[in-house]
Amino acid sequence: MRCAGLQRYLGHDEGRVHVLKGVSFEAERGQVYAIVGPSGCGKSTLLYLLGLLDQPDAGTIEINGQRMSNSDDAARTAARGAHIGFVFQFHFLMLEFTALENVLMPMRKLGRLTPAQMETRAHALLESVGLGAKTHRLGTQLSGGEQQRVAIARALANEPTILLADEPTGNLDVKNSAMVFDLLTRLAKDHGQAVVLVTHNPEIAARCDVTRPMRDGVFIGT
Amino acid sequence: MSPNLRIAFRFLTAKKRAMLMSLSCTVLGVGLFIVTQATTSGFEKFFIKAILGADGAVRIEDKLQNTLRTVSAGNDFAVRSKEAQKYIEGVEEPSLVVAGLKQFPNVLGTSQVIRQNVLVSSAFKNHDSAQVFGINIDEHIKVSDLDKHIASGSLDDFRQTPTGALIGRELADRLQLSLGESFLIDVRNSPPMRFRVSAIYETGVSDIDKIRVFVHMGQARSLLRKSSGVSLIQVSLRDPARAEVEAAQMEETLGYAAKPWQRREKVWIEVFRALATSSGITVTVFTLIASLAMFNTLAMIVLEKTKDIAILRSMGYERRDITQIFLWQAGIVLAIGAVLGSAFGALATWGVSKIPLGLHGIIVTKTFPVAPSPWHYVAAVVTAIVMVMIASIIPARRAAHLEPGDIVRGAAQ
Ligand SMILES: Nc1ncnc2c1ncn2[C@@H]1O[C@H](COP(=O)(O)OP(=O)(O)OP(=O)(O)O)[C@@H](O)[C@H]1O
Ligand SMILES: [Mg+2]
Repeated sequence: MRCAGLQRYLGHDEGRVHVLKGVSFEAERGQVYAIVGPSGCGKSTLLYLLGLLDQPDAGTIEINGQRMSNSDDAARTAARGAHIGFVFQFHFLMLEFTALENVLMPMRKLGRLTPAQMETRAHALLESVGLGAKTHRLGTQLSGGEQQRVAIARALANEPTILLADEPTGNLDVKNSAMVFDLLTRLAKDHGQAVVLVTHNPEIAARCDVTRPMRDGVFIGT
Repeated sequence: MSPNLRIAFRFLTAKKRAMLMSLSCTVLGVGLFIVTQATTSGFEKFFIKAILGADGAVRIEDKLQNTLRTVSAGNDFAVRSKEAQKYIEGVEEPSLVVAGLKQFPNVLGTSQVIRQNVLVSSAFKNHDSAQVFGINIDEHIKVSDLDKHIASGSLDDFRQTPTGALIGRELADRLQLSLGESFLIDVRNSPPMRFRVSAIYETGVSDIDKIRVFVHMGQARSLLRKSSGVSLIQVSLRDPARAEVEAAQMEETLGYAAKPWQRREKVWIEVFRALATSSGITVTVFTLIASLAMFNTLAMIVLEKTKDIAILRSMGYERRDITQIFLWQAGIVLAIGAVLGSAFGALATWGVSKIPLGLHGIIVTKTFPVAPSPWHYVAAVVTAIVMVMIASIIPARRAAHLEPGDIVRGAAQ
């Protein structure tokens, strides 16, 4: 995945803010990237653009060599389903559904596997984030950290080539954040997925392959 | 189950109370629509059946005098003026007309009738107005349900009694006549004749039961001093629904005015139709409320579930999926509403048909006449589907057009 010269304004009229001021970034398969920076510098905004949830005011985004930044809603939606796993910074789960159903949700839409295969895979994913025993809990019956881990399992459901995670370990204790981080790195190495995560945790940032510090809507130091 | 339907189900359960409001209105709308249509068309059917049973499908009355003048208007124009058409009362050569009618394959039977307004007197009441019908009984029961309408007494008694008479229930009550009692029929300029009540009939149509007296044709001829010709020929058809077409052909070939029952009872039939329409519209108010409630509920769910919508969109669910999820919710409510509403309608129709009514208006009936029809169910359900779906499209499309980026930034709406 590659992006170049991304610009994004947010808000209207006087409240209009220049959030991203020309961000260029490249992520390769099998690598783990950390984006760090102070609160409000535009990390989430960048991730939404990379996740094709939002459209840049200027600049380009390419995924697998295909230009996605100006494509239509249908194409972006299809790409999201097939290539991108996204973990939101806030509000992770659909709360009326169980952990298992949440993980099944993207697989059912994509429809690549049989229902039985989907179930097996969903169980395995929940197991790998340490929630094998709580698969049938509703979203409302899970703690914030547990919800976050289900969200990570869900983001991995369709074996995305790119995983974008906005502070995936923000609500987790040391043990669990280590487990989640290990899981993500293992995936990157084993399946050749690109992992881009935003984090405030210096230890985690230090263990990533590449760390990109950000400030006021631009990467610094490059 | 498709993923969208599954999600729709779960979203619905989150707003149970609002959904129930919409559901109960759908049930009421569908159910009451079915009942009102069953009763109004019950009245109509009852009336038509009674009318056909009493007066037949077509009546041949009055000779058409073909004085259609062709007015030449200038060059090649020819204007036929309708006003020039004249009628001569009665049928002068009934056997010829009957022979002509027999040529129609749809004609089941014919009956020659002499009819005149008369005065009747009993021991209790003098000079009450009535209408005497001179008939040939065996001919007449082939074109009417007179035999089935006999409420007391017997047709055999009538057949065997030359001065026998069949008298309507309401007229009998008015004159306080019972079976076997005698009464006088008075025609202007001639001495009254005495008749005996052989049987009392009840057609169910008040206008008939309160004035008609049936007597033998021979008696009627001497009473009315009419040695030849008849007033009308009553015709029954295998398929009464075709009466209008057949009557038009009869007029053409016979040269007599032929009145189909649809034209004869036009006023009442239109009243019933108007009643069915207006009650249908009234009851549709429930369906309207159901659709407004549905609009409201879905709009609420859309607001509450914007984040879920963003999550779904981030996972690859398309705009179309989001629309579907919300339309499914309406669909689920409609499906349940249609089933429960139809059951409620069927039950209520059955209940209504058991209500002892004792009606004595234009029709006389002991219980509520109902005529359930699958089309009423179809119409009720289709109305509900159309109205609720139209109301649901707006919130569903709104949900589909939310931008996931805007939602996650909290900037939606
Ligand atoms: N709808 C909006 N209108 C105007 N400005 C906005 C809007 N949403 C966000 N911003 C601004 O955009 C900037 C970047 O926001 P963003 O969420 O990307 O920050 P962040 O780096 O993810 O911060 P954090 O670490 O706290 O999550 C912030 O300064 C914020 O105030
Ligand atoms: Mg952020």
